[in-house]
Amino acid sequence: MQQEAGIRKPEVLRGSSIIAQIKASRIEFVVSVPDITTSGGVLRPLAEGTTPRLIRICKEDEGVGICAGLAYTGRRSLLLIQQTGLLDSINAVRGVAMEYGLPICMMVGLLEKEPGVPPMQSKRYGVRIVEPILDAMGIAYHEIEGDVEVAKIGPAIDDAYTKSRPVVLLIGRRPLG
Amino acid sequence: MMKRDDCLRVLARHVTDLDIVLPVYSAAFAWIDIRPHPLNYLSHGAMGLASSHALGLALGRPDKRVIVLDGDGSLLMNLGSLVTIAAEAPPNLYHFVCQNGTYEANGGHPIPGRDRVDFAGFARSAGYRTVREFSNLTIFEQQIGALLSETGPVFADLKIVSGGPQERDYTRLHGPRVRQAFREALAAS
Repeated sequence: MQQEAGIRKPEVLRGSSIIAQIKASRIEFVVSVPDITTSGGVLRPLAEGTTPRLIRICKEDEGVGICAGLAYTGRRSLLLIQQTGLLDSINAVRGVAMEYGLPICMMVGLLEKEPGVPPMQSKRYGVRIVEPILDAMGIAYHEIEGDVEVAKIGPAIDDAYTKSRPVVLLIGRRPLG
Repeated sequence: MMKRDDCLRVLARHVTDLDIVLPVYSAAFAWIDIRPHPLNYLSHGAMGLASSHALGLALGRPDKRVIVLDGDGSLLMNLGSLVTIAAEAPPNLYHFVCQNGTYEANGGHPIPGRDRVDFAGFARSAGYRTVREFSNLTIFEQQIGALLSETGPVFADLKIVSGGPQERDYTRLHGPRVRQAFREALAAS
């Protein structure tokens, strides 16, 4: 869990850094409903490549099931969505990821979060509630707002697979393409 | 119309020890008595997600046939999965829906549009490679072997009548021992 306070200085978040971490984490499949925060910097470059394989889905809870099936086969995957999709998928995350203890790794763009503002201090209700909900569910999460925090991605994914539990990586600003 | 358990017994004769089978709710309770096997994948976590779990398994283990025994109410909760599965086109995925027109596990209430809904039509327009409908057990028995030899994704709508009362001990579907048994069987298979 992570708590941060105060407004942060402007900083850079590069999509290429995020993608490098995803690849270094041995993610073989990215399962995604497009998220406007990560659309240009992460999803579009991933779509132009061949690895990891991109699976486009219709609704985010589908992705929870797909990632679960892949996990049983020993294949690593990442669910790339925005927080509206996370909220829509809470029952699937509850049942599949938490109650079964499966390594469902979610990269979640925070739609309309103000850059540099901690999620819980956002003026947007839909942003403010995300971390308290994850806390209530007992789900580990990390805020990724600048390149310095991108280094958290690999260890967080490894930890999820090692301990067989879900993790949420909250992308707090639009990564540069 | 076919009786669900008769239909599942016919199917069971064509399922091998290498196949993964994902039955849901009423079909699951019937299936685990008809064909208990550690490669039965029973823990789907939330209603409607079986076909999505199946896609993950099919992509992760392309060497295995993955057979989903979906419910009509369950599939209505995840119709988008038909489009996703067709787009990914796993050749090893076989998607059956047991269509009895009711939420059998939730009190037998009718599904919306029960007299009009066309699951085979959904699958066909989503882009499944092969789509069939069965309402006669003899014909199902004649064709199921060949259907399971087709390149997937295959979809089959089984028009069935609701089964009788079942003893529903959900720990048989969601208990940790079930998942561990599956994990170990899959790793060894």
